[in-house]
Order: sequence, then C-alpha cells, then structure tokens
Amino acid sequence: MIFADMVTWLTDPSHWTGPGGVPARVAEHLLYCVLAVLAAGLVGVPLGMFVGHTGRGSVLLVGASNVLRALPTLGLVSILYLIAGGGTVPVLLGLVVLAIPPILAGTYAGLQDVDRSVVDAAKGMGMTGRQLLWRVELPNSMPLLMGGVRSSMLQVVATAGVAAFVGLGGLGRPLLDGLRVLDYGQVVSGAVLIALLAVLLDLVLAGAQKLVVPRGLRLIAGTAGRRRTQRRVEEPVQELVTTGGQQETGGTRA
Amino acid sequence: MFSDLGKYLSDAGTRADIGTDLVDHIYLSLLPLVFGVVVAVPLGWVAHRFGRARGALLGVMNIVYTVPSIALFVIIPVLIGSQILSPVNVIVALTIYTTALLVRPITDALDAVPAHVIAAATAMGFRQWRRFLAVELPLSIPVLAAGMRVGSVSNISLVSVGALIGTGGLGGLFTDGFSRRYLPPIIVGITLTLVLALVVDLLLVALRRALTPWTRVQGVAVQ
Repeated sequence: MIFADMVTWLTDPSHWTGPGGVPARVAEHLLYCVLAVLAAGLVGVPLGMFVGHTGRGSVLLVGASNVLRALPTLGLVSILYLIAGGGTVPVLLGLVVLAIPPILAGTYAGLQDVDRSVVDAAKGMGMTGRQLLWRVELPNSMPLLMGGVRSSMLQVVATAGVAAFVGLGGLGRPLLDGLRVLDYGQVVSGAVLIALLAVLLDLVLAGAQKLVVPRGLRLIAGTAGRRRTQRRVEEPVQELVTTGGQQETGGTRA
Repeated sequence: MFSDLGKYLSDAGTRADIGTDLVDHIYLSLLPLVFGVVVAVPLGWVAHRFGRARGALLGVMNIVYTVPSIALFVIIPVLIGSQILSPVNVIVALTIYTTALLVRPITDALDAVPAHVIAAATAMGFRQWRRFLAVELPLSIPVLAAGMRVGSVSNISLVSVGALIGTGGLGGLFTDGFSRRYLPPIIVGITLTLVLALVVDLLLVALRRALTPWTRVQGVAVQ
C-alpha cells in the first residue's frame, strides 16, 4: 500500500536531517524559486510596463508568451544542461526564462485593464507620462500583476521539481531518486511535499497580493469584478485575461 | 549540429519511433481535454445554479490547479489505486487540470447570459434542460473555446513531464537525449511539441468559428 509506505517514509527521523533531509530540500527548493521569480520580476515588470504604457510590441509579447507557454519544461532544462555542459546555473537560467512570461503578461494585462476614463482623468489633471505610469497605471494594475507573479511562482515550483532530472537539488530529488529504486513511499512523499509547498507559497503570495492592491481598488472590487467578468465574456479571444481566477494572466503550468 | 540532426532523422527506425511518440502525445494530451470539458460543463452549471456550492467548488479548483504536474502524476495512483507507472495517471491528472482551468470561465459565461435571452427562450417553450443545451451552453462556446485553447497548449506541454514516470509521448525523446548526452532527439521533441500545440490551437479556433456562426453575422462577439 503506497499510502502506508509514504507515512513510514515521512515519519522516519533519518529523512529529516542532513543535506538530503526534508528541511534541507525544502530550503533548496525555496531558494531556487524565490531567486528565479525575483530575477524574472526584474525583467518582466519593467518590460510589461513599457509595453503596456506605450502599446509598442504587444503583438510580439503575446506571441512570445504563447510560444513559451507551449515549451515543454523537461525538454528546455535538458537542452540547456547539455548545451552548457552541466552545472546548476544553466538550469536556474531556464527557470528564470519560464518565470518571465506570466509576470510580463500580468503586468501588461494589468496596464491594459486600467479603466480608460481613469487614464483620461489623470491626463486631464495634467499628469505627465511618467506620473501617469507610476501613480495611476501601476497601482491600478496590481491585481493582475500579482496574479502574474503567482502564476510565475507556481510554474517555477513545478519546473524546479522536474529539473531534479538534470541534477538540480530540491524536492524533486527524493521523488526521482525514489522512482529509480522503486521506493514508492519516498516518491509519493516527495510529491506531497512539492504539492504542499506550491499551495503554501500561493497562499503567501495571495496574502501579499491583498497588501499591495491599493485600498481604493479593494473598495470597488465588488463592482469592478462584475464589470471585468462581463467584459471577459464579450472578448473571449483576448488570451491574456481569459482564464479565470488566479490563472487570469494565462500563466503556464508545469 | 544540423548534420547530427540529419543523421539522427535519416534512420527509418528512429522516424517510426518518433511517429509512435507523436501519436501517444496526441492522445495523452487531447483525451484529457475532451474529458475535462465533459466534467467541467456540469460543474460549471452547478456553480452557476447553486450559489452555496460556488465558493467551495471554485476554491477547490484553484487549489487543485496549484499542484505541480510531476507531483500530481504520482499522487493519482494513491488516490485511485492505479499502478504508479501507468498511462492512466497522466490522463487523469491532465483531465483534472483541464477541469480546474475550465470551471470558472464556464461559470462566468453562464452567469453572463442576459436575463432577457433566457426569458425569451422560456417564453418560446424551452424547458430548463433544453434551454441549457440549446441556448445557454452555445452562448458560452466562445469562452469555453478560449479556455480550451489555454488547456490544450498546457496539456501538450505537460505530457512530456510524464516521461519521468514512463509515459510521456514526445517527452521520451528528452529523457533519451539526456541519458545519451545527445541533442538531436531533444531538438526534434521540442519542435514537434511546439508544432503540435500550434496545429491544435488553429483547429480549436476553426472549431469555434464553425460552432458560433452568429458572431460573424453581427461582426461582434455575442454576450
């Protein structure tokens, strides 16, 4: 019985200490994920703001993020590892590459989603382009931007698990090592830990999302939510914002 | 690199193997898409119809969607008692993702069917079930199709992760190439995955256009 094997594996104290122990693996996994998402944010947010504010390059952006969404993560990490001749760095770069599109798309969609009348009002008040971007468009796009960050984090948590195949540490290790020796208790333990980590990280980011969304936006959330739903139905082809919930930015899955 | 690729593809046996992988990949990704729609439409109806079930249902779907595929692939056997290396796990896991992805948009789409349309259908004598199948569901097709496009791309990309548990369609080319330190199979695998995603996406767009003739007559999407 696999479930009983899992309980046995998880309650064995020797699996909770040392460099291969659960706490160390969780720490590795977290480190990769946070680093990758931070790096992706440094690239994705400014780029998304540029495209969303100026409207330049949006076709290219949608096309590129669709292609990246279809890219098989296992193939990507394998090819990066082989081309670079091994090591952890190319694999981490792969994580960053996969983490960028959801953040980029979220930022862009957030800026696009800002009510035109709000932008017009800001212009009418004499705001410059820069003031408009930083004080109106960016705060108003926080819900979708943070949605993008959450998708990005999920993508990276999953891909970091897959990347254990090419030698990355983290929680993919016990899972894949267990498969090699047919220790299914260990396999399922690794899987459950990855799943828990993903769900917890998403909860933390959902909390952060509440904190960074301006109070005014939260106050009108009820009406805005209804309006957005309606619009989403009217424009079903607008890929970036059609997938509902926190996957609103069409984030990738892995 | 290109000469390597040529050499790799020149072998008829290799080409036949790639063909088999491609066919596996197609059914492993598209069966769950169909199953997902079949499960998600009734669930979406429940969430639309019963306010109390809505929050719980959508919440569960959100959590399910956060579970990484590699984890879900090996947790499924614990839940349904299948073999840990069985292809059924991949199909069930991807069906779950597709369902989780589609329930919310379907619910929103059903919510957005205008009350006057429902009133008109009722006045014309449509009973609840016929009205749902003949009026409300067709009006939701644009949203459903948009969700299916995201789901198909995501499934096609995820199937290859299954190669780690022995069922991966084109993903087998990645594990093969990696274990032999040989790039051509990986390049072929990535290329075919991207092409497959593109072709399925175009087919879904064509299907949506065929099923929603009214959107073209008016030149705008119907609410």
